[in-house]
Amino acid sequence: MEILVASAIGVLTATGLYLVMRLRTFPVIVGTSLLTYAVNFFLFASGRLVVGAPPILSEDATRYTDPIPQALVLTAIVISFGMTAVVVIIALGAYLSAGEDNVNEPDPEGLLEGMDEEGERA
Amino acid sequence: MSLFLIVLLPFLGALLPGVIQQAGRRACAMTTFLVSALALIGLFSHLPALLAGNVPRVEVDWIPSLGLNVAFHLDWLAFFFALLILGIGCLIIIYARFYLTRDDNMGEFFTYLLLFQGAMVGIVLSDNILLLLIFWELTSLSSFLLIGFWKHLPDGRQGARMALTVTGMGGLAMIGGMVILGQIAGSYNITDILQHRAEIQASPYYVPALLLILLGCFTKSAQFPFHFWLPHAMAAPTPVSAYLHSATMVKAGIFVLARLWPVLSGTEIWVILVSGTGIITMVIAAIIALFKNDLKALLAFSTVSHLGLIVFLLGTGNPYAAVAAVFHILNHATFKAALFMTAGIVDHEAHTRDITRLGGLRHLMPVTTVIALIASLSMAGIPLFNGFLSKEMMLEEAAHTTYLGNHWLIPVLATVGALFSAAYSFRLYFHTFTGPERHDYPHHPHDPPFGMWVSPALLCIPIIAIGLLPWIAEGFVFAVSEAVMGSAGTIPEKLHFKLWHGVTPALKMSGIAVLGGAILLLLYRPANAVWGFLPVPFAKKIFDAIVNALVALSRAIIWPTHDGSFTRSAAIFAVAVSVLGLHAFMSGTLGPVTREPLDMHPMVIPGWALMIISACAMVLYHRNRFATLILMSIVGLMLSVAFAFFSAPDLAMTQISVEVVTLVLLLLALNFLPNETPAESPVMIKIRDGFIAIFAGLLVAGMTYQMLLRDFVSPSIAEYHLANSKPGGGGTNVVNVILVDFRGFDTFGEIIVLGIAAVIIYALTAMLMRGPVRAKLLHRKPDKPLAGDKHPLMMVVLTRVIMPVVLLVGTYIFLRGHNMPGGGFIAGLIVAIAIIMQYMASGYGWTYDRQRFPHHGIIGAGVLVAGLTGIGAWFVGHPFLTSSFAYIKIPGLEKFEVASAMFFDLGVFLAVFGAVLLSLSSFARLARHKDYEESDHPMDIDPSRTEAD
Repeated sequence: MEILVASAIGVLTATGLYLVMRLRTFPVIVGTSLLTYAVNFFLFASGRLVVGAPPILSEDATRYTDPIPQALVLTAIVISFGMTAVVVIIALGAYLSAGEDNVNEPDPEGLLEGMDEEGERA
Repeated sequence: MSLFLIVLLPFLGALLPGVIQQAGRRACAMTTFLVSALALIGLFSHLPALLAGNVPRVEVDWIPSLGLNVAFHLDWLAFFFALLILGIGCLIIIYARFYLTRDDNMGEFFTYLLLFQGAMVGIVLSDNILLLLIFWELTSLSSFLLIGFWKHLPDGRQGARMALTVTGMGGLAMIGGMVILGQIAGSYNITDILQHRAEIQASPYYVPALLLILLGCFTKSAQFPFHFWLPHAMAAPTPVSAYLHSATMVKAGIFVLARLWPVLSGTEIWVILVSGTGIITMVIAAIIALFKNDLKALLAFSTVSHLGLIVFLLGTGNPYAAVAAVFHILNHATFKAALFMTAGIVDHEAHTRDITRLGGLRHLMPVTTVIALIASLSMAGIPLFNGFLSKEMMLEEAAHTTYLGNHWLIPVLATVGALFSAAYSFRLYFHTFTGPERHDYPHHPHDPPFGMWVSPALLCIPIIAIGLLPWIAEGFVFAVSEAVMGSAGTIPEKLHFKLWHGVTPALKMSGIAVLGGAILLLLYRPANAVWGFLPVPFAKKIFDAIVNALVALSRAIIWPTHDGSFTRSAAIFAVAVSVLGLHAFMSGTLGPVTREPLDMHPMVIPGWALMIISACAMVLYHRNRFATLILMSIVGLMLSVAFAFFSAPDLAMTQISVEVVTLVLLLLALNFLPNETPAESPVMIKIRDGFIAIFAGLLVAGMTYQMLLRDFVSPSIAEYHLANSKPGGGGTNVVNVILVDFRGFDTFGEIIVLGIAAVIIYALTAMLMRGPVRAKLLHRKPDKPLAGDKHPLMMVVLTRVIMPVVLLVGTYIFLRGHNMPGGGFIAGLIVAIAIIMQYMASGYGWTYDRQRFPHHGIIGAGVLVAGLTGIGAWFVGHPFLTSSFAYIKIPGLEKFEVASAMFFDLGVFLAVFGAVLLSLSSFARLARHKDYEESDHPMDIDPSRTEAD
């Protein structure tokens, strides 16, 4: 079973990274979401895989899985929603005001041109 | 008044001016004045103890493991400096009230001033060098704000930046030096350190510590070659110059020299470095000062020169000089603050401070003229004024100082310094105030209102009083000097302050200086012409060249990897992390396999296959954005199933509800973004990216697999949490107990972060809706045909019917969270989804009108409820967020338990609920356009309405 979990995490990482390296905002955002799945799954798995022993205390249970990675990942899932939402509104704002959803600076050298002596934007 | 309170008062007071400003400028200045005056009164309340020979001291542990304690003490040295800081501070506040114009934001100014004042008082009262360093950095930061107060002036911004750069770098050096010093002495308490003179001076680390500390002191006190920032800081409003650059901040370096004098002084390297730097600074700055035409620049260089004088006196390392240094600190603070304020008055009245455009102000501004005359004569070192006395002592000391075996070098340099000092003092007065009255002042000057000249006039009182009756200052200066020297020296027995010591070498030198100064002023034109020909290096140019070189260097390093291309940075990052990980794996050792692999379950294979296939399909079809979203939600769904399978019911529930809201969010976004990603990456780039991705994916998979086959390296802390969850936290769902109890503080931070994210989204939406984007959105032509039925009947009815059911489920999930899977996070998401369904079915306008509380308010309430629950623990004497619980029996119900953690979880619930709704409804706001008609009705077709309506 471990091989399945490990391979799933690997595939999520690889597909996420590939999409992150695309040129438009939307695939980059979707790629980060896939990376988030991979990272959360990995963090969760660091408590090792246990079947049928949820960390709910009861008289009958003989063993429990490690609750700490679960608590960490639970908040991570919720925070990742917040992060995705912020990135999406930034991407949306950029697209709506500039009409452009490319993630790269089209003219990197031009960045330096527009600055005055103090390094402030003219 | 407690010493804590004296330090704290200005910081607390800094909150007031901005608020009081609404009530008017007078009230604002008055409040600030009262804050300073109150601290001053607090200072004097300790005077009886000091006079009785005690040193009041308070201490609280802060971070004892680092040796960092909040320890304040008030010996005579601390009292002396605190008196200067708070006393002159009060005068400056009165002056600033009249100096600042209506265009200046007075509340902001006084806030910065009080912050600075608090930091300075903190420095001088600290009995712990680490604490001192904190206040030291605070003065650098607050003075940056003050110097750059006029943000619209480029000079102000550049001057502020230069001051921060120089003093900040010095501060860094100082941190190093102080830590070494503390390590040698074995304590960071100043009182303890001062007992270890012999040990410190014998240590091999004495020289590095000394060099670093001196670097900090010399940059702060503008000693050569770091003197250049001070004249540029003169771009600040004059009250700032008068306060920071005469009496307080620049004296901070001198204060540290004096504070550590007992342990650092007296060695050969100390004498060479400190007295040498001091005398060079004194001479060079005095020469430059003479040829400055800007009144404040002249005063700035003269300040540098006088600071050099004091540093020289501390550097010679004998008791007589220490007394002279203390005396001159007092005298310099009085006459220099008065002169700065006078320069500000001239600037304020004549609208220029260029000496070449002034002259003849004597008849127009008689009061100002008298003040300027008194202070200038004191600065020149003329008898009957206080400057004369301490300068005499300096010359006396110089006359007996040999430097590197040379007997005449120091006396000659000191005389030259004093000569130029007299010359620029004369020039300041005569070229500005005497001579014929002119008709071309930029503004016709006259004496300012009383409030503006009262402060410098008050400072003239000690100038004359000490000048005429030197003995009145004797007891005080001696007490302070004894505090400086500690056990390392005593006041010379026959030393007394008096006007006439007989014809001493010092008197002769003084005479030469005053006469020479007067002659030099008469020859000012030819001297100035000569000065113009001298190749004087311009410090600002050198500084700018160094800064530019550093900027160019950093760009050269950053640019190749970080050129504005996100794709490139992401690729470099992925490769770098993978290679580092691979290296760590190859160079480490792999332990034996200690866990039995779990048996393959037939149910798992389809889920695994769905996840893998969906993820791969996303890569293949990612250009079709809608399909990508569907595939992504399949991955998310399978992940929640995996969580459920591997004993994590809470995670499964969270993942699936987050999946829903994320999908809604991305669909909303897709409404505005193009539906197709254009094919634009060349094949080679795709292959490169594919290779990087597969490489990283394989490494991650391999690492995970190896990890899963092995047990923990050290015992897990899980046992503790499992064992204490019920008896300590009162709940059987350990994950929930960890969230709301064990790690409650983390969760508290996380709901705040989530709230901030939602507010950012709201703010960005509001910003977009105000700008040109608004028109674009309103006139947007939908890129796909809209549904004919905006609010489908079936959906409206269905969402309406299931809403109470969903709310019930949410409540149930919330209530059982402490003992069974559930809790605030999940319940918040579920209830949010119930409301979002209403938005989707019945429209934004209809739902928005029925919403009783604003979403921000709900987030705020959540954070507040959680925070108050945590604070509640204080009232029963427990630390923040300690939880407690009790079992309650209500007749008719089973016995159930109420934990304070439940209120905390309620806060989590509210924050999550509000954050999700605020983000999604913000997106929905963008979607409204011109042709959109808000409907008063939840659905377009209402069976109960008739045609007649």
